[in-house]
Amino acid sequence: MAETKPRIRLDKNDVKRGDTIEVKTLVSHVMETGLRHDADGKLIPRMIINKFTCELNGKLVFECDPESAVSANPYFQFKFKPEESGTLKFTWIDDEGTRTEATETIKVS
Amino acid sequence: MPHGPNRRQALAAAAGAGACAAGLGVAAGPALAVNDYAEQIIKFTGGTKPIGARVKLDLPELAENGNTVSMAVKVDGPMTAASHLEEILVLAPNNPNARVVRFRFSPTSVPEAATRIRLAESQNVIAVAKMSDGTCFFTAREIKVTIGGCGG
Repeated sequence: MAETKPRIRLDKNDVKRGDTIEVKTLVSHVMETGLRHDADGKLIPRMIINKFTCELNGKLVFECDPESAVSANPYFQFKFKPEESGTLKFTWIDDEGTRTEATETIKVS
Repeated sequence: MPHGPNRRQALAAAAGAGACAAGLGVAAGPALAVNDYAEQIIKFTGGTKPIGARVKLDLPELAENGNTVSMAVKVDGPMTAASHLEEILVLAPNNPNARVVRFRFSPTSVPEAATRIRLAESQNVIAVAKMSDGTCFFTAREIKVTIGGCGG
């Protein structure tokens, strides 16, 4: 699905309890809408990322269900106030079931 | 839609059956047919009527390229243990498909999210928010699109 690794940017990895972390993510994906036709006039089937999740230590922080109206190379930005240190796991799943994963470590004191 | 003689048959059958515009699909003229965005709202809220408040939808007034339009959405007002943001559904009433994206939040979320979307033509994009206590809010924001992007 993605030829390159997903890009994740946290504005900070090390926070005090009550602080906000802003997350920006970018992943390569054609997000084929299922509405285009190829040169022979055949419909190109839909092929998009249909699920993006961010979990902290296994608990959901933020989730996104894109439809084909989300642009190619989907960009998601969100913010949260973590209550514990640990591993942020990011997962993208597409219509073929291909999973792309990435992690970031954060510290909350 | 099938091409060649099958397409003519399909159109004839649709016309013959009186299926009219619905059967012919959405790409007929300069204005796409309105999709099922109203039903999508009802499905999302579970029948609760959304209140026109608190939701802010950030879109440019004019998008040169409908293939990638920056969009941000947030819900103003206090988030409490009893009533915090759970989901936001964004709808494009004049896209081929109404649903654009659904965001799901957690109690530690700041109630906002952003992405880039495809808009087929100028329209009023709608964002509906659902709170943990079942209350729903919405807003609509008009955006002019110069060159449409083929949104799903």
